[in-house]
Amino acid sequence: MSTPEDGWVAEDLRAELPRLGVVTLTLPAPRGGRSPQGVRDHLDMLSVRFRGADALALRQRPIPHAYRVCFRHVGLDPDTTRVPIEAAAIERLVQGGFVSRGLLVDALTIALVETGVPLWALDADAVDGPLGLRLATAEEDLGAASGARTASAGEIVVADANGPIAPLFGEPAASHLPSSGTTRLLLFAVSVAGVPRLDVEEALWQCAEVLG
Amino acid sequence: MTVSALADRLPVPVAYDERAARRTLRAQIARLERELAALAPEVSPRDGIRWSIGSEAGPRLLGLGELERIRDDLAERLHEIRETLAARAAREAEQRALLERMLRDPARHRFVRVGAADVGEPGCGVWHVRPRLGLIGMLAGWWHVKLSSGCPLSRVVA
Repeated sequence: MSTPEDGWVAEDLRAELPRLGVVTLTLPAPRGGRSPQGVRDHLDMLSVRFRGADALALRQRPIPHAYRVCFRHVGLDPDTTRVPIEAAAIERLVQGGFVSRGLLVDALTIALVETGVPLWALDADAVDGPLGLRLATAEEDLGAASGARTASAGEIVVADANGPIAPLFGEPAASHLPSSGTTRLLLFAVSVAGVPRLDVEEALWQCAEVLG
Repeated sequence: MTVSALADRLPVPVAYDERAARRTLRAQIARLERELAALAPEVSPRDGIRWSIGSEAGPRLLGLGELERIRDDLAERLHEIRETLAARAAREAEQRALLERMLRDPARHRFVRVGAADVGEPGCGVWHVRPRLGLIGMLAGWWHVKLSSGCPLSRVVA
């Protein structure tokens, strides 16, 4: 397992949003898709700990608040496009608990709920070079799969040397998602102003520990 | 005084720093978002408050005009929410005063009802001024306040 690394950020983006960044961690892909009992117990424990009152107070907590502010700064409405921790909270209330959906998704959920920092996972071998943030140029495809969504010009994207992989705070392209043949995972977090580096790293380590 | 001498005395035009203006707007948006977040726990679904202000087709870098629109919309939304909460607080205070008067003098408030929700209390209880012993109490002027407890039982919808 590597240590968390900072991705690159395009100069025009850094000049406007200086604290926006991407932090990555590479680790071996877990074997087996189903979560072991310990992970499911952890989800159950989080479900008990996380109640309606917590969901209400969520946006007052520093890290969810920082993501809400960043959403506003980049033109997303956090009351329409929910910040990941709020989306998880709503799902928890609707489903009555954090439902296990396989080891990788569960690990991402646990890290998100424990720290408030959202993470995404990619197939490390599908990524060319370090990840970074930049503005998309006109008509760039998100990922290599046929029928992939096209990024609009000026959209902030997570990209590698080949091109955009995901819109900022959006789901990665199907061509880069981990599959049964994945041997190495690349976890990445988007860090924003107001979120200490320690919390971003904590999220990555938590996820890595669950994937163990 | 010559024209050139006058021109020397005029203030030199300062280059307008748009980036600094955008930074200021982002700081204002962050402050408004914090103030909105502080109000969230006080809002009840019955207030019918709409939080969303619409998006700017992000994620992307926003220009001065777009940031201004977000700042203005957030400020307007904050104002609306504060007004809604203030109006509700005034309504609840009125209802609490009415409830106090009902409890002090039930006979002067015959058949008046005040719900728990009307005074900002949780639950479905209702304070209702009713006659003691039905018709006898009504004729004798024996009035009292009854608090019905609990929410109605759920019923199967046909």
